[in-house]
Amino acid sequence: MRLTSRWLMTAVFAFCCSAAHAQQQVVIVTSFPKELTEAYKKAFETRNPGIRVEILNKPTPVGVAYIREAPAANKPDVFWVSAPDAFEVLAAEKLLAKIESPAKEVPAKIGNYPINDPKGFYLGQALAGYGIMWNTRYLAAHKLPEPREWADLTKPVYFSHVAMSSPSRSGTTHLTVETILQGEGWEKGWQQMLMIAANCAAITERSFGVPDGVNNGQYGIGLVIDFFGLAAMASGFPTKFVYASVTAIVPANIGMVAGAKNPENARRLIHYTLSPEGQELLFDPKISRLPVLPSVYKKAPAGFPNPFTGKIKPKVNFDSELSESRYYVVSSIFDHTITFRHRELAAAARAIYQAEARLATKPNPRAKELLAEARALAFSPVVSEEKSKDKAFIALFRETKRSAEKTKQLTGLEEYWNSTARKNYVRAAELANQAASLVR
Amino acid sequence: MPLTSAGAARPPSAIARAMTGRFTFVQAALALLIALFLLVFLAIPVFTVIYVAFTNADGSLTLSHFYSFFHLTLMRESFYNSLIVGGMSVAVSSIFALPLAYFITRFQFRGAILIQTLGVLPLIMPPFVGATAMQLLFGRSGSLNLILGDWFGINLPIMEGLNAVIWVEALHYFPFILLNLTVALNNIDRAMEESAQNLGASGVRLFRRIVFPLAMPGYMAGAALVFLKVFDDVATPLVLNVTNILAAQAYLRITSIGIDDPIGYVASVIMVAASVLALWGSTLVMRGKEYATLQRGGSTLATKRLKPWQAVFAYGWIVFVLLLVLSPHIGLLLLSFSRIWSFTVIPEAYTLENYVTVFRDSPFMLWNSALYCGIAAGLDVLIGAAIAYLMLRTRLPGRQTLDFIATSAVAIPGVVLGIGYLRTFRDFSVPLADVPLVSFWLIIALAYTVRRLPYALRSCVASLQQVHVSMEEAAQTLGATGRRTVIRIMVPLMAGGILAGFVTSFLTAAVELSATIMLVSATSDAPVSYGIYLYMQSIAGRGPGAALGVIAVALVALGTYVSYRVLHSRNLQFEAHQAMK
Repeated sequence: MRLTSRWLMTAVFAFCCSAAHAQQQVVIVTSFPKELTEAYKKAFETRNPGIRVEILNKPTPVGVAYIREAPAANKPDVFWVSAPDAFEVLAAEKLLAKIESPAKEVPAKIGNYPINDPKGFYLGQALAGYGIMWNTRYLAAHKLPEPREWADLTKPVYFSHVAMSSPSRSGTTHLTVETILQGEGWEKGWQQMLMIAANCAAITERSFGVPDGVNNGQYGIGLVIDFFGLAAMASGFPTKFVYASVTAIVPANIGMVAGAKNPENARRLIHYTLSPEGQELLFDPKISRLPVLPSVYKKAPAGFPNPFTGKIKPKVNFDSELSESRYYVVSSIFDHTITFRHRELAAAARAIYQAEARLATKPNPRAKELLAEARALAFSPVVSEEKSKDKAFIALFRETKRSAEKTKQLTGLEEYWNSTARKNYVRAAELANQAASLVR
Repeated sequence: MPLTSAGAARPPSAIARAMTGRFTFVQAALALLIALFLLVFLAIPVFTVIYVAFTNADGSLTLSHFYSFFHLTLMRESFYNSLIVGGMSVAVSSIFALPLAYFITRFQFRGAILIQTLGVLPLIMPPFVGATAMQLLFGRSGSLNLILGDWFGINLPIMEGLNAVIWVEALHYFPFILLNLTVALNNIDRAMEESAQNLGASGVRLFRRIVFPLAMPGYMAGAALVFLKVFDDVATPLVLNVTNILAAQAYLRITSIGIDDPIGYVASVIMVAASVLALWGSTLVMRGKEYATLQRGGSTLATKRLKPWQAVFAYGWIVFVLLLVLSPHIGLLLLSFSRIWSFTVIPEAYTLENYVTVFRDSPFMLWNSALYCGIAAGLDVLIGAAIAYLMLRTRLPGRQTLDFIATSAVAIPGVVLGIGYLRTFRDFSVPLADVPLVSFWLIIALAYTVRRLPYALRSCVASLQQVHVSMEEAAQTLGATGRRTVIRIMVPLMAGGILAGFVTSFLTAAVELSATIMLVSATSDAPVSYGIYLYMQSIAGRGPGAALGVIAVALVALGTYVSYRVLHSRNLQFEAHQAMK
């Protein structure tokens, strides 16, 4: 009984504490790591005494759900993540308030990508490009050459040494995949994607899984967003990072929640993140993100990439509307033909590479034919370019309300992709084994 | 205190009456109270989320989504994989747990309590942390494979595919079996074993024919928990990048941004159904058998002394299992002191900085976890014991349903429960304060209570199954009131099971993450699991997360050790008391 009353007292005490929290504050929902959020919290609180910054760290999809379900009287104030699609979803549900950028100096576009949302619901706060990160010890131990381009990662030598995430799980990976698709074209882009994926040791569930795995040496090479690569180097890990030439520079965004409990503080905080002082915080080696204010690069540490001077040369003029329109199609194709069939895909690639290695020493025309067929089966997308432009097909995926009929159609497609992919990969492996047996 | 009030109103011989088909008003009220709790904090919130699985776009009811679900080869394959992983994990867990439990209950053994404490440690390790630490040791570039690669040029794919999931899950959840089985073995009437020995049975035969069958309730309780937990676990397979199992498919679909995908919720419904079915199956196995024995415990028969070769084998096995079990902890400990650990057998540079960071920033999280998990585990054993009582000692209609509903919580993804709470309670305020209920820390504790109730419940049911009803009848014949019978007879006899239930609920609540991430609405309310997650997200290294994990593990180990000590000394008193009589 005494124990119960102690719990009760604790409860009452904690209750009073939480009731006394009526101090001025601003609540941020974000997926960004502690290094970044802590730096901004500290700097902002020093600048604005009396306003407490409350950071709620949640993975992007959970953050979206949290804002959607939060009680009207207690909506969080600021949403701050990389993925533009998360902002699009919130804007579509009228959960974002319009906000004007305080930084007039920010260019309208980087490449072809608008830095701030043209509809005014969210603002670009930092820029990011995509590239390749690798563990130098791992490459040395496995005697692998350093990669430079996406195309390098399709080579057999990298089999089972690469890692990437899936576009349905990570907004940044989605942009990488979309960049490749736009840079190389649908068919060739998918071929490259499939070959890189076949070389992957894993398709990780979170984008963070890739740099983390490269850091600790589980994987040799990872497809990552630049700040993961730059921050890991700055933290002392034996890693390196390069921008791929088929890259796009895109913004990470910040926005104000509609019906925010503390709108004035929210505005103040967003303005702070876009002020020269707020932008300079991004140079912190443990943060390593690219500011959107061109003028602050004067204070950048030596060797820090500047996207405004053409030092990083994005070859791709990223078309954000195209990307957004086929977002669910690309994610779904990727998951059903790569993520969920990764075992079969990798097995096909292994068989093909082994047969090719044999063939290199003893040429055999019949085996060569079989291998060409195997490659075509394993590394071709299940959806043609023509189909990917079909408006009705795209619309099927954009509709968010699911009726029984629609679900049946969609699962029918998923089933077709998934089983076709599996059939193709298994057949490809068989053909490759046949080819190998010919050159005994 | 529902437990005591339940007993209070029962006149003597109520048990006999209850068993013949009637029930008292108080019992019914108790059942209703529990039903109400489950309705408000489990059924309604979950339904507000998963009704999508049953409805059309216009809101009309349909089962078409289920048809679509089973049409997907991927889903059928995932379902099959889930069953395999669940079943195999039970098998491997049993291999770890059975000998350990038998050794420490049947032989004179140094440090039995220590083994029991170390044995539960895996539970306090959040699955995503455990799998990460295991990667560092057993992964493709983990310490073991680096050494093997250097010496023999080979690489063992220990952490790849379904086998890795089974391996990690078994190491993580075998304490469920160990805990429940140890309690059950301690509760068996030794006279049974002595009679068997007198009749010439010994060794394996004795274990197979007498000891194990009598301990069946405990083993089944543990095995059912392992199966359910593994079947529904999403964090471990995803950390190991295994997506083709049902829980992962449900999670991936539910948490994709922006699409209300009914298939994900259909998967959740199927998981609930499968879990309840598995549970029902396990009760079928037990049905019609009598497990209760009149006399309990080890007072009469002295535990045996090990022969030298037995001792070698026993200690060898224990050291081997404990090393395996503790390997994630060792990995975590190394990580917590490391500055950089990359592609080397052990970290290359050490530091205390990670601990400094944690002690500076996050001690309040330890307190929060203790508070939430204490409340959750306390409520869990109260409700669990009450349900066990209603199930086994009354003929109340629908008592089995209470069990099934409470247990189905194990199959509800944390994200679903979290969204359900936000949705159901968003318009409610905490009385006397202008705080929305969903922003109040208690909501996290309640989510833990519901999510971890199945663990406490199984332990309570198992321990009550071993108590012979004539004990209570005897007490009542001797004039004890119902309340007195419960306090003086039932609770003490169930104490081991209740403690095991409390410990499992507490430990597993402390590592709950998915609902936590959804429900934390202020950093000051955050528990340890959230803190570890936060620190582990850092590109600058996972040291601080590991440090926080190590501190939590150490504190919980201490707590568990102390609670066993207390129970043990009480048992000794109890036995001494009996011996004097």
